[in-house]
Amino acid sequence: MSAPRNHSCCSGYTRSQLLRSAAAEAGKGLPAIEPGMPEPAGTGLSRRKFLARGAGLALAVYGASKIPLSAFETGIAQAAQGDKILVSIFFDGGIDSLSVLAPVGDPRYSQLRPNLALPPGAGASFAEDPNLQWHPAAAALATLHGEGKVSAFPAIGYDHPDQSHFTSRHYYEIGELQVGYRTGWLGRYLDAVGDDENPLQGLSLDGSLSPMIATAEKPVAAIDSVDGYDLWSRVDAPIEDEMFRSFARFGSLPSDSPGLSQVRRAASQTDKLRQDLAGVGDFSSPVSYPDTWFSHKLAGLAAYIAVGLPMRVVTVRAPGGYDTHADQAGDLESNLRETCEGILAFQRDLEARGLADRVMVEMWSEFGRRPEENGSLGTDHGAAGCAFVIGSKAKGEMVGEFPGLSSLDADDNLRVTSDFRGMYCSLLEQWLEFDAEAIIPGAAGFARPALVKA
Amino acid sequence: MAIPQQKPVEARPQQRRRKRRRVWKDKHYRWVPDGQGDWRVQSYLFRHHHKPKRGHFRGPGPKPARQPRAPAGGPPPAPAASDPRPPDAYQGGFGEAQATRLLQRAGFGPAPGQAAQLASLGLVGAVQSLTRPSGTAVLSGPAPRDDDGNPLAPADAWGHDHLWWLDRMVRTDQPLVERMALILHDWFATSQANVSTAQQMIAQSNLFRSRCFGSFLDLFRAVTVDPAMLQWLNGNENYEWAPNENYAREMMELFSLGADRGAYTEDDIREQARALTGWRNDWGDAGAYNFRFEPKWHDTGSKTVFGRSGNWGWEDACRLCVEHPLHPSFFVEKLWSYFIPVAPAAGVREALEATYAGSGWQIRPVLEQILMRPELYEGPPMVKPPVVQLATMLRRLGRPIDTEAWVWLCEEAGQRLFWPPNVSGWDDNRWLDTSRMRARWNMVAYALEGISVDPWSDDYDEEETPEEALARALASWSLPALRPEHREELLEMARRSENLILANWQKGPYRALRQNALLQLIGVSPDLILQ
Repeated sequence: MSAPRNHSCCSGYTRSQLLRSAAAEAGKGLPAIEPGMPEPAGTGLSRRKFLARGAGLALAVYGASKIPLSAFETGIAQAAQGDKILVSIFFDGGIDSLSVLAPVGDPRYSQLRPNLALPPGAGASFAEDPNLQWHPAAAALATLHGEGKVSAFPAIGYDHPDQSHFTSRHYYEIGELQVGYRTGWLGRYLDAVGDDENPLQGLSLDGSLSPMIATAEKPVAAIDSVDGYDLWSRVDAPIEDEMFRSFARFGSLPSDSPGLSQVRRAASQTDKLRQDLAGVGDFSSPVSYPDTWFSHKLAGLAAYIAVGLPMRVVTVRAPGGYDTHADQAGDLESNLRETCEGILAFQRDLEARGLADRVMVEMWSEFGRRPEENGSLGTDHGAAGCAFVIGSKAKGEMVGEFPGLSSLDADDNLRVTSDFRGMYCSLLEQWLEFDAEAIIPGAAGFARPALVKA
Repeated sequence: MAIPQQKPVEARPQQRRRKRRRVWKDKHYRWVPDGQGDWRVQSYLFRHHHKPKRGHFRGPGPKPARQPRAPAGGPPPAPAASDPRPPDAYQGGFGEAQATRLLQRAGFGPAPGQAAQLASLGLVGAVQSLTRPSGTAVLSGPAPRDDDGNPLAPADAWGHDHLWWLDRMVRTDQPLVERMALILHDWFATSQANVSTAQQMIAQSNLFRSRCFGSFLDLFRAVTVDPAMLQWLNGNENYEWAPNENYAREMMELFSLGADRGAYTEDDIREQARALTGWRNDWGDAGAYNFRFEPKWHDTGSKTVFGRSGNWGWEDACRLCVEHPLHPSFFVEKLWSYFIPVAPAAGVREALEATYAGSGWQIRPVLEQILMRPELYEGPPMVKPPVVQLATMLRRLGRPIDTEAWVWLCEEAGQRLFWPPNVSGWDDNRWLDTSRMRARWNMVAYALEGISVDPWSDDYDEEETPEEALARALASWSLPALRPEHREELLEMARRSENLILANWQKGPYRALRQNALLQLIGVSPDLILQ
């Protein structure tokens, strides 16, 4: 697995390990375990572990008998009743939609892309528009499309497209053409429907929180790895519980400045998540995944869903970057392949677990790229891009036609044939079953494409 | 449908041979700010690529209106040991608390005893001791080592670049130089991800160190043709026959003018990309090297940027941005935001802009004024970037760089040096979420290695009171100032822990565990996360 960083140096650095190695280094050997001595972490059984075990994920909580049945557990119970989950996957940097869905039937394509155009027949043809053809690296997506599980947006965007990564990405994240919003469109959804105690309801699997699920009030979480979430220290039970109690207190005391409240919020959510995810460890998947870090995250996510962790919205970044100003072909190929194959395995996993009807995947990027290639075997920032809605419940129909390359916009970019806010409104109303008017400013003005099977 | 013809891919676009054109050198005159709020005429050589028409206007035209005079008019030349504060500076007491805050925002926090020493210089002396260092920085204390006890190899070994810079932050006697280098690393965010060698990244950081107090225009030009930046934003793949807009866009949006302010159009970006054409390099085993300007690859035609036409080159491209009327406000607000978390009032901002423009875009005078502002000493705290928190902790704990764990711990906390997330740098509003907070917690656990006590040794004080336990833990951290409610919570924890002691054998070990818990909690307290 290609983990992006070297984790080898922290193997074995767990709470009990620290304690034990400290003692071993002092030349005393491991401390004996006798009644009343602090219990090394990881030996207790609990109610939660019992709950989780049936689903194949080792989920254990230490000292759970002292913790009252929390909102977290209530959330597990609710999630088990079939709450829907939206997974948002982000192609960072502006993916070249004219490579993902290559308009090989458009006569101008090879003129604008003398070096980068995909040859006709290189990939599967796109059944809904004979002029378009899937990139060979997107074959996994083509497979799902053939099964009617992919709704493609071949030219999504908004009026007066902004070609700044950061501005355009911000628009997509907040669901509005404004700068300076503090909450994401899914964050506002969570503020409306979420729980005060459950940070897992909005989860980023990236080591940092996606602005898309930034909330005003409700807790949300980011985790770096699906393999576990624990806080290390040279402190063990029973003093450890007191330490975390104080840490949680740091999170709940009053604040007199935005900086302080930021720290308090992070401390309190970290402590909640620590309790909720304590003991999440190895998981197994019913299908095989490609051996990549991205796929590993999706495999973990499927296991989390299966075990009933109370998630509503999950964000993941697709591997690699797509800001391909130079040498586009190679980078795009490998990253796109890794992404699509991971998504196919994830879909198969959900199908095998019988969960596919509960999960919808949305893939997006901040913009597409300029139809005319530049001189560095790459492409500059463009306007309309592509997006996909994937799942067993996806309607599977193209939204907005491919506008063709014969007439471009004033900046020589691809014209927009669907608005991303329309996609958001449909996802909110048809999938999450929530009124889009309350989330997307000016929602009434956007056409809602049918994205979900009846 | 005809099968489109594929053109063969050429390894390199064919160079057009071009006769070297004649250049008409012509002396021009223009108005430039004289630093005193007025204007003076400056002459410069203009190279016409077409013969200027008879009667060609060479300037300088009518004299512009006097500018509002800069309030401080630039700093006095010699560092003043006494404290004659500028009228709009912070006027309150300058004691250890204020010196600590200054060292924290303009450096990496105090080493033991340093705050008191700085406080004795007074506000102006303290600020100038940071902004006007002399000579090269001295690194004092044990040299950095990797996990095997070997010296660092920053250009070669994985992660050693990060450790090398972290070590400078911990040991330097010119903390503001390192802090400014970090700020400029964020401002002109370049990532190793698209740069051939670590040496090129390190060279860029040295460029930031050497130019962090001087002219922003000089810095901007140096960055524009810096090898790491040329690779990162494709400045080396920007040819006359095929401009690449990447650098042209980001130099306006992120480096000098800002998005969504109406400062430039898409056409300006395209024209600017033409002005920047001509940089190239060779490729060897280690990647890109031998960066140089290739006149043949430069577009010598006329370009119109911000409504100003001329045969602009890369130096003009930087100048045009800096001369743009919306640049001073961008510069002042951006620089300010690294030190003070609330935006400056309009009047304050305008005064700083006047200082900046009046000094010919010098960084130091603006920086000194910001570091003397009352908002810095009386305003709300801000979240430390992760490497700043780590360097601060190591300075407080007196611990040298002795482990490579800092590399991945900082990365998990959201800040791996030389690897900013993208060209806009790190997002200062998003330093803390559950993932990054966990990384900071774990960072504290690692930092306390060797300082935490061994709970299973027999010799931990079995009589230690809660007050003594807290005093001991605070002393290990070099006595950081804690908010009273945090101090009270820690004391409470110490008392609660004592109540858990039920058996005789627990007296020592539980107190040792309590000590470790206090050490850990101080490290993750809001007081140490905020600056």
